[in-house]
Amino acid sequence: MSIQVKFFASLREQIGQSDRSIEHASTADEVWKIATNNAEQPDNLLVAINLEYAKLASPVNDGDEVAFFPPVTGG
Amino acid sequence: MAIHISAHTFEPWQLISQHETQSNLGRQFGATATFIGSMRDFNDDAAVTEMVLEHYPEMTERYLKKLEAEATQKWPLIDCLIAHRVGHIKPADAIVVIACWSAHRRAALDACNWLIEELKFKAPFWKKEARPDGNVWVEHNTAG
Repeated sequence: MSIQVKFFASLREQIGQSDRSIEHASTADEVWKIATNNAEQPDNLLVAINLEYAKLASPVNDGDEVAFFPPVTGG
Repeated sequence: MAIHISAHTFEPWQLISQHETQSNLGRQFGATATFIGSMRDFNDDAAVTEMVLEHYPEMTERYLKKLEAEATQKWPLIDCLIAHRVGHIKPADAIVVIACWSAHRRAALDACNWLIEELKFKAPFWKKEARPDGNVWVEHNTAG
């Protein structure tokens, strides 16, 4: 099992990747650090775990999908 | 209840009319409130010639369904419809359509207003505008 990581919009361009997988992490914050090689986190960073909004401190488990993205601008 | 996420141009009034017919709403409703958002050819004092709307497909669909479910809990709605464009969009193209049907006006109007505000600030869509000085990600929504 692994953790699927996704990046969207301006964050995808800044990080230079749209998705990847990592072996293990205990929180979304740790996922960010591993998946981005410790890139600086934007102040307005949003995170979702398994398609639901979450916090950076939220726990993650093997098999989870963790997404990072900037503030949304639809509508 | 219906959610449409489309990579192709749609005609808002046709969507609303089709939904009314296909959902067999009959004559239970006395009020229909609609919101149609379309693309401007300017933003932040800059000309905008085109836009690309990106989304997080699985989360978007789930989130919009959740909004419809919440709206029907909050107000006595008979039905509602949310449609949203993704992909390449030109000025004057419709971006979003929200329609709410209820027996009386207040529920339809309030639910429609709530749905568009929730969608704009929480549903995972992102706009990238083509401007004369290059392509720019929109960083925040207008106040209203």
